[in-house]
Amino acid sequence: MQKIFNLACGSFYALGAYVGVSAVSWYTSAGGPAALFVLPLALAGLAVGAIGFVVERGLLRFVYDRDEAFQLLLTFAVVLMMEDAIRLTWGTSPQSTSALYLTYGQVRVLGATAPVYNLIVIAASLVIALLIGGLLTRTTFGRIIRAAADNREMVEALGVDLRRVYARVFTLGTALGTLGGALVIPATAAMSEMGIELIVEAFAVVVIGGLGSMRGAFVGALVVGVLRAIAISVYPELEMLLIYFIVIAVLVLRPRGLFGGAAA
Amino acid sequence: MTARLVLGAAVVGVALAPLVAPTYHVLLMLPFMAYAVVLLGLNLLFGYAGLLSFGHALFIGIGAYAGAFLTGPLKVRSLEVILLAAGGLGALVAAPVAALCVRYVKIYFGMLTLAFGMVFYTFVLKFYRLTGGDEGLPFLRPALLGWSLEAMPKTDYLVGPYYYYSLAVLSVAALCMWRIVHSPFGLCLKTIRDNPAKAESLGIDVTRYRWLAFMLSAVYAAVGGALLGPPTGNVDPTLLYWTHSGNIVFMTLLGGFASFFGPVLGAFVFIYLQNWVMSVVPYWRLVFGAILAAIVIFAPGGLMGLAARRRRPMRVSGA
Repeated sequence: MQKIFNLACGSFYALGAYVGVSAVSWYTSAGGPAALFVLPLALAGLAVGAIGFVVERGLLRFVYDRDEAFQLLLTFAVVLMMEDAIRLTWGTSPQSTSALYLTYGQVRVLGATAPVYNLIVIAASLVIALLIGGLLTRTTFGRIIRAAADNREMVEALGVDLRRVYARVFTLGTALGTLGGALVIPATAAMSEMGIELIVEAFAVVVIGGLGSMRGAFVGALVVGVLRAIAISVYPELEMLLIYFIVIAVLVLRPRGLFGGAAA
Repeated sequence: MTARLVLGAAVVGVALAPLVAPTYHVLLMLPFMAYAVVLLGLNLLFGYAGLLSFGHALFIGIGAYAGAFLTGPLKVRSLEVILLAAGGLGALVAAPVAALCVRYVKIYFGMLTLAFGMVFYTFVLKFYRLTGGDEGLPFLRPALLGWSLEAMPKTDYLVGPYYYYSLAVLSVAALCMWRIVHSPFGLCLKTIRDNPAKAESLGIDVTRYRWLAFMLSAVYAAVGGALLGPPTGNVDPTLLYWTHSGNIVFMTLLGGFASFFGPVLGAFVFIYLQNWVMSVVPYWRLVFGAILAAIVIFAPGGLMGLAARRRRPMRVSGA
């Protein structure tokens, strides 16, 4: 929406994961009931999203009027800094809370066994998607965001303080990234490399779906996830390769993505 | 005039370095010279044609793996042949990649190059039997000018013949690039960067010129990548990872993309600074991220831009 291609979103995701681990281990050592561990996890994930505000105010706002190449490089600087900041804080060994993964037990869905936690995350992501969709289409704030994506000058001329809008949008985006990182933690371990690995996948999702399209991002995520799963079971070597080929095909055939607007 | 004196002094300094400097620092010059070749090419695309590639590690990797294949399974040891093959292979891969990428500009161009880079990274990582997967391949010691140097101790080989060989390659590469950017072709690229619509109306085939610039930069990157192999004696997939592409863009920006020698200076400062920071704290990325952010925000002209601003306070550094 802001037309910033944020290489650092993967780093925010990794940060959320680490903070999630810390929050949960603090919560369990403080004696909180295991059944409610999702609450501190999600709260920590959301709270650390405040880093987005710092990054936006401290760095990104200086380069809005410059060439996009500089925005890209600035987010790359954030990637470098975050990776080492995470190593500095949490060390290099992977961190996990896997003991809590099966707290909610497992259920049989459509003949397959799935941990209940996965279903909770799926439900949460659906709710978040609906909330974001509602925010963008039903509220004044959402209308301003969409208008700003179309024509910045016009929106500013109408008396909207775009600096505040940008700060909020970026913080919101970051908070979603860190929340995502925190929620994935019970299922896997947090590693300092997860950020730079995720960015490529996130990038694939956004490109396939179309830049600046929320519906597209959702569909893109589904396409990438399902294709990876199919490729792993059929021909593992092709797993990520297949994703990139689709990305390139989409960029070449439909540069605006499957759901991109006609004039983004 | 001063610029020529500085350049002359730098060339003499680099040429004399193996005689006076400690071996350790001389060894650091080898990746510097290899990266300098890469960056001369990258900057033709970024500084002169205005296209920021986030996937040039792809061509570094092609050059390095080409060298590893030639010295290993194919038993070709001549470095001249290796460099030619690396450049040729780089051009071969770049031809279709460039044709697809130059249809877009700005951020789409950067994203598409990143995607292509990651395609090859994944390929190298996953096809273990061919590429050695994450362990990479050995890059055996190449012969220089038909002169096999197998018997020489490794350090003597690197700070002696190989050092001057790299310097010669870098000098030739720099001279060629100097001619390229000062030719009508180079002027056309600058026109395209500054005003594509006007360039088009002047009869310049914008897409074709961008494609050519991409091809040249890919050949330079592949040759530089092949030069990176012998000092470590090994090539691995991290050479192709997207953060490596980011690092070489960082070097370009650090030195200053608006000047011809800026990227070369950037490679030099990057390698020595990285080495020094890593000897003090293990967290070089933290320091370098902060430096990169500071450059992007306060000094987009890089070190060369700062120097120019000092001489002529009124000049606005190129952005």
